[in-house]
Amino acid sequence: MPDRYHIKTVATPGRFYRVGKFGEVDWREDCSRCFDCVKLKCCFDVYKHETEHNRDPRTATQPLYECKACMSCVQGCTKGLLTLSVNPEYLDMGDEYWKPDVLFTTWNQADTGKIPVSGAGYRGPFHGFGFDSIWTDMSEIVRPTRDGIHGREYISTSVDVGPKPMRLQFTPDGALVESSLKVLELPVPIVLDVPAWAVRGAELAEARARAAQELGTIAAAYVEDAAKLPAELLASVAPVVGCADVSKPGKQAEGALKAAKLVELLDGTDDEVAKAVEALAALNPQAIPAVRLTLVPGVYGRIVELAKRGVKVFHLCADPHGCEVLKGGAQGRHIKDAIRETHGKLVEAGIRDEVTLIVSGGIALAEHMAKAIICGADAVGADTALLVALGCRVCAGAHALSVHGGAKDGAAPCPDCPADGVLAKATEDLQYAAQRMVNLMGAWHSQLIEVLGAMGIREVRRLRGEMGRAIFMEDIEKDAFGDLEQVPEEVNA
Amino acid sequence: MANANVLEGTPHEAGRSSWPQEKVERKVAPAPDRYRNAIGKYKIYRSAACNSCGRCVQVCKYGVHKKPKGYALTLRPEDHLCVGPACSEQGEMCVAACPQKALKIRLNPNADAMGDPRWTSDLIISNWYQAETGHTPPDYLQYRHGESGGGFDKIRFKFEVPGTGYTPPEPVPTEAIDTGLDLNRSGDGRPQVHIDIPLYGGGMSFGSVSIYTILAKARSAAAWNTFSCTGEGGYPDRLMPYDDHMITQVATGLFGVREDTIKRVRIVEFKYAQGAKPGLGGHLLGDKNTPEVARMRGAVPGNALFSPFPFHSVYSVEDHKKHLDWIKEVNPDCLVSVKVSTPTDVDMVAVGSYYAGAHIIHLDGSYGGTGAAPDIAKKNIAMPIEYGIPKVHKFLVAEGIRDKVTLIASGGIRTAYDAMKAIALGADGVVIGTAELVAVGCVRCACCESGRGCPRGIASTDTELAELMTLDWATQRLVNLQNAWHEQMLDILSRLGMKSVRELCGRSDLLCYLGTPGQTKTL
Ligand code: SF4
Ligand code: SF4
Ligand code: SF4
Repeated sequence: MPDRYHIKTVATPGRFYRVGKFGEVDWREDCSRCFDCVKLKCCFDVYKHETEHNRDPRTATQPLYECKACMSCVQGCTKGLLTLSVNPEYLDMGDEYWKPDVLFTTWNQADTGKIPVSGAGYRGPFHGFGFDSIWTDMSEIVRPTRDGIHGREYISTSVDVGPKPMRLQFTPDGALVESSLKVLELPVPIVLDVPAWAVRGAELAEARARAAQELGTIAAAYVEDAAKLPAELLASVAPVVGCADVSKPGKQAEGALKAAKLVELLDGTDDEVAKAVEALAALNPQAIPAVRLTLVPGVYGRIVELAKRGVKVFHLCADPHGCEVLKGGAQGRHIKDAIRETHGKLVEAGIRDEVTLIVSGGIALAEHMAKAIICGADAVGADTALLVALGCRVCAGAHALSVHGGAKDGAAPCPDCPADGVLAKATEDLQYAAQRMVNLMGAWHSQLIEVLGAMGIREVRRLRGEMGRAIFMEDIEKDAFGDLEQVPEEVNA
Repeated sequence: MANANVLEGTPHEAGRSSWPQEKVERKVAPAPDRYRNAIGKYKIYRSAACNSCGRCVQVCKYGVHKKPKGYALTLRPEDHLCVGPACSEQGEMCVAACPQKALKIRLNPNADAMGDPRWTSDLIISNWYQAETGHTPPDYLQYRHGESGGGFDKIRFKFEVPGTGYTPPEPVPTEAIDTGLDLNRSGDGRPQVHIDIPLYGGGMSFGSVSIYTILAKARSAAAWNTFSCTGEGGYPDRLMPYDDHMITQVATGLFGVREDTIKRVRIVEFKYAQGAKPGLGGHLLGDKNTPEVARMRGAVPGNALFSPFPFHSVYSVEDHKKHLDWIKEVNPDCLVSVKVSTPTDVDMVAVGSYYAGAHIIHLDGSYGGTGAAPDIAKKNIAMPIEYGIPKVHKFLVAEGIRDKVTLIASGGIRTAYDAMKAIALGADGVVIGTAELVAVGCVRCACCESGRGCPRGIASTDTELAELMTLDWATQRLVNLQNAWHEQMLDILSRLGMKSVRELCGRSDLLCYLGTPGQTKTL
């Protein structure tokens, strides 16, 4: 058995201003100065930390971030002076996909690298948009040799990226054709992807590359950023490069391309792609060429086409809400539906096992990774989530996020966005930024194992396309409630 | 199924505990909030303009304003009793009556900070109302369902919805209605076990909740002639006076499971999986494993305790049967319940359990649960109970064995209406957990797992925190809650023209769905 894959997480408190969920209103004028004030009894020391913060505002923690709304102080105060309310600033964060709770849990996971655990059952809506209408299966009894996620058994999260020929090829004199065997094994089914909008920069790319190196995976970076990275990181970087630029790269970019194990080409004409693949093979025979495609309806057509021409790895980029990008910038279906379709079409075309699909955009939580894989992805890309780990609040207006596809090159980040200053500062200290990314991925990895463990599946490769082991809301509701009389919703309003 | 040896509906003496059993009275009594400032839906602000004339005290019909004899000033209003703007429909309201215009009523911001779509603040506050008074909450609180936008929250009894074309039958007088349930339908000659209400308390282990929580659950189960369950943390001696109303849980960790704890009860429950963390074992954080807990479980204090998943002796239905046979051998008078979660093949699991000899199949849906669990599991793994019930019910009917087995549903039964909807969808009865915790003061802050455990002393073995409530108070709150639910169950059955809750099972034709099931949400 190989050594168990382990992600080393290190507690790394965030250095950015955090928005807590609850705000406390304290009517101090009426306070009777009770000797056993409820504030002293807060189980989470919220008031103690508030006092510290008042004495020295430079302390890192924002006191109200820690309040759990247990209501003990509110209900216990002798004179009833304390009131809790939901912090409007909290509710204002993010958008309808990157909900405040998503940002909150991502920050916490990047702090500690631990799986979020809480009591008292599930608290959210019954089902929702996109991934929130899928449940994963679990296995009740019939499953030998499993000892829980804390046990002896090894659950593999490795995936293979690269052309996977259905059979080995040999030359007439019996030698193995090496080029047919270029596969890159990633120990986690995640690549660290470039942000979907214009907060790029060499620092951020370097933080991603360091994290990828630590995790044993790959970070995507635009080739001009990749060119600026220290040489020892280049093996962990997949340069994203235009087809034309492969044939005549600048000196530094050439270094990046030569060291890369995976190169993501921006799609061009058939001819351009073919030329770029050829040029890459000449420059770096070991590099696996991939094509980075925007997720549009019918994208499988392009995949089949390119696969015929020898490209076997595809990186499908959805918009930051995980949706297809339609003409004119409108939002299409969610990746949950788009990937299921793509996967099915590739199965029909008989090439599903030969190609690798990496899907990014809208992968906001660990469960999204598991569900995207169930829907047919081999691996996912984490992009916006990595920014969130560094304090980004996905403030829509700021980075042209509302423009689908996001990356409006050169668009200046919004000067008001608190995250920007924070990102810049965070990336000054690359180790800090990388460690928070590693922590987040560590937490995601553990959660993936929880999901796999519950299903009784021992490796993530077998999760791909396992739609029979998922419960889709559209189907189950019809089974369960199809026979109930339907009444218009307004009736009960 | 009628059983030759046992008269239906009468408890059989066999299988009862030899330990002296304590009787707990089924009596409603007021049990006000244990905190100084109760939280209600509305908050009353009284400005400095007040001159304590006492007019509001005269006007208010709900005792919100108080000015005891001999007091110069009016007291701080007990605003949790306030019914809000609806008050003006019933006559003069304090806000209008105050000559000084000193009063304002607003939605309580504290209520806003409590709750979530599944357990709205209205549900929490109305649960507290029921636990305090023992009766159905007033209509200004939405006490029947939450706002989660699916499942029970989208399902209504037709009589609740105007314009369904449903003609209500002649109501049955509530005195003539029976809410009781016989749990042994197998006809295998084992004793009958009858419960007076179609619900019992879920398993919460000592260690995950405080001893008072456990005892209060057991005592109210005794009062209502139903059951509570040990959970997987062993059988504290202090529960022995309630043996006849306890279920011993045998879970994968086998913590504290001994021959005598299996012998002393009338129902033994096999926990294969639980809804909150389906497919994952139980997990007690080291902090909560106090010396007392460790002694009960036969473990080392301070160590995190994991129970594995699944049972390591059960890899097939045959193994499963062997397990049940073992329990039946140890206690020849007990019924066996099998608790499973809701995977896609839950219907097959249920049938398998039946053929293995289970009397009760207990489905635990994924959205419920009280203990600490990974967020990813609670939200994503296995299906919510609303889907599981009809799936299993229909399959058991098709197999022709539905009337041989008792189907119990749990995992997200928050209200009496949820319980009755679950029964109409095909369950015989339900198990509740969170609703009981809320009744004894849980605000669903979800920090049951952190550090010393629950800051409100419910899910905590920290001795100081556990003392935040008394056993008598907690018992009374639970007895009251059951009474309020019982009232509502009688009311529902009466409106449906039914004499017994058993008639409701599987009557999904009495339900309707708001909107179209299976419709995806858009961003
Ligand atoms: S509500 Fe609870 S956690 Fe928040 S400050 Fe008060 S006592 Fe502390
Ligand atoms: S009626 Fe107005 S002025 Fe009089 S006691 Fe009440 S609040 Fe004060
Ligand atoms: S910690 Fe919070 S959610 Fe858990 S039992 Fe206590 S009050 Fe309820």
